Amino acid sequence: MREKVGKTAHKTNRGSGRPASEALDTLPKVLTGIAGLDEITGGGFPKGRPTLVCGAAGCGKTLLAMEFLVRGVTEYGEPGAFIAFEETAEELAQNVRSLGFDLDELQAKGKLSIDYVRIERSEIEETGEFDLEGLFVRLGLAIDSIGAKRVVLDTLETLFGGFSNQAILRSELRRLFRWLKDKGVSAVITAERGEGLLTRQGLEEYVSDCVILLDHRVTENVSTRRLRIVKYRGTTHGTNEYPFLIDEEGFSVLPLTSAGLNHPVSDERISSGIPRLDAMLGGKGYFRGSSILVSGTAGTGKTSLAAHFAAETCRRGERCLYLAFEESPTQIMRNMRSIGIDLEPCVKKGLLKIHASRPTFQGLEMHLVQMHKMVSDFEPAAVVVDPISNFTASGASADAESMLLRLVDFLKARQITGFMTNLTAGGNAWEKTDVGISSIIDTWLLVRDIELGGERNRGLYVLKSRGMKHSNQIREFLLTSEGVQLEDVYVGPEGVLTGSMRAAQEARERAESLLRGQEIQQKQRELDRRRAALEAQIASLRAEFEATESEAARIAAQDKASEALIRADRDAAALRRGADAQTGNSTRGKGK
Amino acid sequence: MSASSKSGGKPANERWELRLYTAGQTPKSLAAIRNLKKVCEEHLPGRYEIEVIDLLQNPRLAKDHQIIAIPTLVRKLPDPIRKIIGDLSDVDRTLVGLDLRPRSPNP
Repeated sequence: MREKVGKTAHKTNRGSGRPASEALDTLPKVLTGIAGLDEITGGGFPKGRPTLVCGAAGCGKTLLAMEFLVRGVTEYGEPGAFIAFEETAEELAQNVRSLGFDLDELQAKGKLSIDYVRIERSEIEETGEFDLEGLFVRLGLAIDSIGAKRVVLDTLETLFGGFSNQAILRSELRRLFRWLKDKGVSAVITAERGEGLLTRQGLEEYVSDCVILLDHRVTENVSTRRLRIVKYRGTTHGTNEYPFLIDEEGFSVLPLTSAGLNHPVSDERISSGIPRLDAMLGGKGYFRGSSILVSGTAGTGKTSLAAHFAAETCRRGERCLYLAFEESPTQIMRNMRSIGIDLEPCVKKGLLKIHASRPTFQGLEMHLVQMHKMVSDFEPAAVVVDPISNFTASGASADAESMLLRLVDFLKARQITGFMTNLTAGGNAWEKTDVGISSIIDTWLLVRDIELGGERNRGLYVLKSRGMKHSNQIREFLLTSEGVQLEDVYVGPEGVLTGSMRAAQEARERAESLLRGQEIQQKQRELDRRRAALEAQIASLRAEFEATESEAARIAAQDKASEALIRADRDAAALRRGADAQTGNSTRGKGK
Repeated sequence: MSASSKSGGKPANERWELRLYTAGQTPKSLAAIRNLKKVCEEHLPGRYEIEVIDLLQNPRLAKDHQIIAIPTLVRKLPDPIRKIIGDLSDVDRTLVGLDLRPRSPNP
């Protein structure tokens, strides 16, 4: 008992399907091939056992069953037998042709057999004991003729309308399910939903292994299809209600794994498309795979920021999915051209896909399923949702919140950068309104109006940005024909100035600085002059000094020369006197 | 059941073609064959024909002839085709089902 409680809690906590491999050793399963269903069932339906699919009229039971068979044939090579109690083979073929299933071809190839069992109460008179051996014979034939591994009975309950002896019918059904198990076929049995019961005739009593409930609910005029695994014996499974979608590719169930907090993170940074904004975000821009929210009041340029980001993503050669919920693709492209962003080439190159739809067009869950599908198909590097605020309008805000949470988780798990815009109501509650989704947002930019001096200008600041050193300053946000530009706002003794007041202030400051510059230049010039004068003085002094020096040298040389001359003269005179040419004499004579 | 309104019975010389579907020699099948012969001898002496089809031998016929319950008796002739299921032990209902007796006023 204790263990069971723990297990249940565990399951609820996780609230998601688990990988097929984990459950493999407990119960063999067959992959349904239906998008998403295999994830939440942890690998498909039980192998060799019956699965009950119940739901109200028109919620897609037959389609689910048919896709199970067709995918079995086309993807897993398992032939299938379809026993139809409600529609003829032709009708069935026609119904699923729009989904791209060619039943006739599969039948011709011997991979699929369809047997329409017609039960007409008015034609049947019961005259005593009977059994349903005829049905068994037909089933056996259908299975054996093509070696079917998968069987669909759609819907068995029609039998209850055809026969009045319920006791026989019930015992025969019990026999039928046992027989199906003995045959080892993976069977899907559909049944209509009953009052207070899963099925009108209580078929769940016979099928105890796996019961799936389909539901088609309309809330506030918006319909949502949902799928829930009521029970799946011997295996863990997702316990939530999962929205599903029926479109031109068939059934897709969205595995709402909102517990994915173990996604990989990237250190890679990607540009926002606005250099100045990148500078505000630690100089490098957003983190790849992070979630970015731009919120602001009407007309503050949220879409422009989104377009910059989209264009930048495409410029890098990556794919970007733009989900527009307010404007049509052509309108977005026209408007963005006016600020110098041309998205059309990106669309033409197939890098940008703009998908526009009204939030009220379908329920939140359906939107989510559709986004899920588009993301899976397009495999973008970035997804822009513009804006998310409209979802709160199309459903309860708690639902919208959970939807966004799941969207963000889904994108993060795939390393897709999510860029969302949010229109906040006017007044001063802009931060409060987003509190609900704040926790899932990594980088939150706020664009707001700054009313000053009879003008309305835009300001942008980074409210938060996880994991990076971001600017704490308000930047003035300008929409120019060359795109978004961020300017410093004027912060001075007169407060924060924007727009023309900022421009005026800046002009004033420029004039002042010009003046200051001129003064400085003048002083500089004066200094230069003085320096030049001094240098000239130094030069003249040096010249004088050199002149004096050379004069001194000249005098010394002269002196030497004249002394030599005198000595030469004296010697010459001594020779003339005819003295005994003795040096001593001459010296003595000289002494006389 | 509007078909049963023509309660005047069939012309005495009309041929009856009956087909009984069984699946193997089960007690129910054998009982059905026995009961059918008895009814025919009593009400249609000399102008009936019974064909017994064992679906285990001819499984394809179950699909082609839209047979689910076993045993099933099909009145091929006279028109219209009628289907009766069960071992025919309820003689009254069998006769009604074969249109050999008008439907009783209180069902």
